[in-house]
Amino acid sequence: MNLTLLILLPLLTAVAILLMRNDAQVKWTALMGASAQFVLAFCLLFAFRKERALGNIAQMLFEFHYQWFPSWHISFHLGVDGISVAMILLTAFVVIAGVLVSWNVTKMTKEFYFLLILLSLGAYGFFMSLDLFVLFFFLEIAVIPKYLLIGIWGSGKKEYAANKLALMLMGGSALVLVGLLGVYFGAPNHNFDLMLLSSMHIPIAIQKICFPLLFVGFGVFTALFPFHTWVPDGHSSAPTAGSMFLAGISMKLGGYGCLRVATYILPDGAKEYANLVIVLSTIAILYGAFATMMQKDLKYINAYSSVSHCGFVLLGIGMLTKTAMVGAVMQMVSHGLMTALFFAVIGMIYERTHTRQVNEMGGLIKVMPFITTVLFIVGLCSLGLPGLSGFVAEMTIFMGSWQNADLFHRVATIAACMSIVVTAVYILRAIGQTAMGPIKEGHLSVGDARWNEKLAAIILIAGIVAIGIAPYWLNELVTPAADIIMHKIATK
Amino acid sequence: MLNDFLLLMKSELVLAFILFLLLIIKVAAEVKNERLLALIQILLLGNFIYGFFFIQNGSLFGGMYTTNGLIAFQKSILSLGIYLISLLFSDWLKKSEHLIEFFILLLSAVMGMFFLISSESLLMFYLSLELATIPVAAMANFDLHKKISSEASMKMILSSALSSGVLLFGISLIYGATGTLNFSAIPALLDGTGVQILAFIFLFTAFAFKLSIVPFHLWTADVYEGSPIAVTSFLSVISKGSIAFILLTTLYKVFAPMHGLWYNMVMLLSIITMIVGNLFALRQQNIKRFLAFSSIAQVGFILVGISSNSILGTASVVYFVLVYVFSNLAAFGVAGVISQHSGKERIEDYRGLYQTNPFISWVLALALFSLAGIPPTAGFFGKLFLITAGAFKGNYFFITVAALNMIISLYYYLRVIRAVFMDSNEQPIGKINLDISTKLGMIICGAGIVLLGLLSWVYDYITALSI
Repeated sequence: MNLTLLILLPLLTAVAILLMRNDAQVKWTALMGASAQFVLAFCLLFAFRKERALGNIAQMLFEFHYQWFPSWHISFHLGVDGISVAMILLTAFVVIAGVLVSWNVTKMTKEFYFLLILLSLGAYGFFMSLDLFVLFFFLEIAVIPKYLLIGIWGSGKKEYAANKLALMLMGGSALVLVGLLGVYFGAPNHNFDLMLLSSMHIPIAIQKICFPLLFVGFGVFTALFPFHTWVPDGHSSAPTAGSMFLAGISMKLGGYGCLRVATYILPDGAKEYANLVIVLSTIAILYGAFATMMQKDLKYINAYSSVSHCGFVLLGIGMLTKTAMVGAVMQMVSHGLMTALFFAVIGMIYERTHTRQVNEMGGLIKVMPFITTVLFIVGLCSLGLPGLSGFVAEMTIFMGSWQNADLFHRVATIAACMSIVVTAVYILRAIGQTAMGPIKEGHLSVGDARWNEKLAAIILIAGIVAIGIAPYWLNELVTPAADIIMHKIATK
Repeated sequence: MLNDFLLLMKSELVLAFILFLLLIIKVAAEVKNERLLALIQILLLGNFIYGFFFIQNGSLFGGMYTTNGLIAFQKSILSLGIYLISLLFSDWLKKSEHLIEFFILLLSAVMGMFFLISSESLLMFYLSLELATIPVAAMANFDLHKKISSEASMKMILSSALSSGVLLFGISLIYGATGTLNFSAIPALLDGTGVQILAFIFLFTAFAFKLSIVPFHLWTADVYEGSPIAVTSFLSVISKGSIAFILLTTLYKVFAPMHGLWYNMVMLLSIITMIVGNLFALRQQNIKRFLAFSSIAQVGFILVGISSNSILGTASVVYFVLVYVFSNLAAFGVAGVISQHSGKERIEDYRGLYQTNPFISWVLALALFSLAGIPPTAGFFGKLFLITAGAFKGNYFFITVAALNMIISLYYYLRVIRAVFMDSNEQPIGKINLDISTKLGMIICGAGIVLLGLLSWVYDYITALSI
C-alpha cells in the first residue's frame, strides 16, 4: 500500500473544499474526504496485518523514500509500524466524527472544513514520517489550523486561548527543533533519518542534553506538567470539532513524539530521566484529577481530565517496560476516541441547552435519551469500566508499571491508581447532575440528536467498545513495535 | 575582449539599455502612465528571464569585477524583486506624476547593486555601494507632498553619509595595512594585527548600517514609515538582499583568516538584532513600522546563517533572501494596496479585513506565516536551514536563542492575523478592486511562498551554485 495516499487524500480534499461553491457542497466534500480517509485507514490496517501474517518482519512496512533536500540529508521517508497504524486509525475515527458533528457550522463553512482537513493532513504525515525533519514539518503544520479554529469559531476567551495555545505549542516545537538539531549534529554522521539514527550510537553526553529538550518539547503537546496550562483554556474555547481534534489527535502527536523520537533514538537519555518523567506524570495525573473535581463547566471537566489521562501516557513511557509502553499507546488511542466523543456530546448538549454549567442542567435523559446514553457510555469509559477501552489501557499501564519492583515505581503506581477513585467521583457527579433529577424549565422542549450526531457518536462508540471487548487486536498490533523500542533500551 | 565584456556584464548592460530607453521615452514622447507601466513591466520581466541565459564565469577591469553562476543567480533574485515591485504597486505607480523618473532611479540603484555583488575590489565595492544608495535616498522622497517623506529622505542621506565615511575609513585602513584593495589578495596579507581588526570593525559597521543591524538600526523605522510603500519594500527587500550577498563574500572570502574574530561578533550582533527587532515589533501600530522592525529581526536570522562560514551558510542565506523577496514583498504589497485605497496604515484598521477582502487577506496571511516560519510556507524551510547552518559550529546557546525568537516573532505576526481574521470592525476597509497586475503580482508571491519550499530543487540548485 502506498502511504503517500494518506497525505494526498487530505490534500486533495482540502483543495476540493476550496473550489466548492456553497456550504452544502463543502460539507459533503469534507464528509466524502473524511470517509475516504476512514476507509483508507482500514485498508492500511488490513494490508499491514496481511503483510505481518505473511511473515514480513521488517520493522517498518510500506516504506516510501524520496530524496527531498539531499544537501542536508533530508529525505521524505515514510513508513509505518504497529504504533503508527494504531495512531492513524485513531486519527481517521476522530476526523470523520469531527466532520459529522460540525454539520451545522454556518460561519465561514468553507474555511472551517478546510482547516479541519489540513489538521488531519498534518497528523497523518506526523504519524508516518521516519525522517525527523519531515516529522517536524508535519508537527508544525498542525499548529496554525488549531489557532485559527479556536480564534475564529471559538467561544468565551477565544483570542486569549488561541494565542496561548499557539505560542505554547510553538514553544514546544522550538525545543523539539533544538533537540533535533542536537541529534543531527551529535550523531556520528549528520542525518535526520529516524531508522538510521536509531541504529547508531549517539554519544551519551548528547543524549543527556537532547532527551529533555525533545521530551519536554513534545510533552508540551501532550500536557506534560507543568506545561499543561494551554489545555483547559484551549479546549474550552475551541468549537466542538476543534476540541475533538485538539484532544483526540493533537495531544497524541506529543505522546507519539515522546515515544518514537525521544525515547527510541535516545535510550540512554530515557533511562537517565525516566524517574523525573514518572514524577511529573504522576503529578499531572493526580493534579488533573483533583482539579477536575472543582470544575463546574463540562468542557473544563473534560479538559482537566484529559491532563490526567494523558499523564498516564507519559507514565507508561517513563516506566520503561514493554507492557507499560503498550499500555501507553493503547491509552493514547483509547483516550483519543473517548475524549473526542466526550467533547462531541458536550457540544451536542450545549447546542440544545446553551449552557455547559453542570448545575444549570438536570434531567436531560427525559428529553434527549440518545445523547445522555452516549454521555453515560463515555463517562463510564473515562472512569475505567471494564468492557470499554479506558479500562484496558489503564490496566495495561498499571500492570506494566508494577513490573518495576522497587519502592519508587511502586509508590508512583499506587499514587497514579488512586486517581481512578477521584475520576469516578467527578465523572459520576457530573453525569448524575446533568442527566438525572428534575429537569430545568427551559430545557423541556429541546430535541434529541440528529442523524449526523448519531452517526458520529456511533462510530466513536464502536471504536471504544472494540478496544474494550477485544483488546487483543490492538495489543497484537502494538506489541511488536513496543518490543523493538524496549529491546533497544534494554541493550544499550 | 569585447565579446567578454558583452557576455560577462550582460545583466548590467540590459539594465543600462532599459534605463536609456526610459530616458529617451521621457524626452521624446508623451505616453500615458498605464501603457508606460505595462511596457516597463514587460521589460523587467524580460530582464528577469534573460538573467538565466548566457551565464559565464570570469572577471573584468583588471580583476575589479567578477561574475559566476551564483552571482548571476543573486542578480536574478534582485531582478525578480523589482519586477514584483512594478506589479504589486501598479496602482500607486500609475497615479505617480513621475513614473519614469521613479524607475530610472530604481534601475540605477539596482545597477549599483549588481556591480556591488560583482565587485572584487574594495574600490569597486565602495563606488557601487554609493550608486546603490544615493538614488534610493531620492526615491524615499517620492511622496512629494508629504513632509514625512522628505524627512525620511533626509534621515536616509545623513545615515548613509555617515556609514559611507566609516566605510571609507575602514577601506583606507585596510589599504594601509595590506597595500592592496583586491579581494583575492587581501586574505593572504591578513595577520590579525590591531589595525586590521580596527579596519574590519569599521567595515563591518558600514554593513551594519546598511543592513540595519542593532545598534545601527535607528534610522530604519523612521525611513520605512516616511517613504512611499513601494520604496520601503525596495529598501527592506532588494537593498538588504544585495548587502547580505556582498557581506557573505566579504566575510567568507576576504576576512576568512579572521574567522574566529568575526564569528563572535556576528553571533553577538545577531542575538541583539533578533531580540531588539522582535521586542520593538511587538508594540508597533503602524504596519510599515511593524514590518520595519520585523525585517530587522529577519536580518538577525540571516546573520545566524552567515555565522556558519560554510557552503551551507551561503546556500541558506541566498535561499532565505529569495524566500524573503516573495514573503516580504507580498506583505508590503498588501499594505500598499490598502494604504492606496483607504489611506489606512494602522494594524487596528485591518480588523475585519477578511470579511470584505478575502483574497488580500489570504495573501497577507501566507506572507506573514512565511515570515514567521510556519510550514508549509517557504519561510519555514528558509529559517530552518539558516538555523541548521548556524548550528554547524555546535553553539546550541545561539541556536536556542534563535529558536525562541521565532516564538516571539510568531506572537506579533499573529497579532495581524488576529486583526484580519478574528476581530470585527464597525468600519472595515471597503471592498478593494484589485488591478490586474497587482493581482498577478500577489499570485506570483503566493505561489512562490507555497512552492519554493516544497520543490526542493530550488534549494539544490542554489547549493550546486554555491560550491
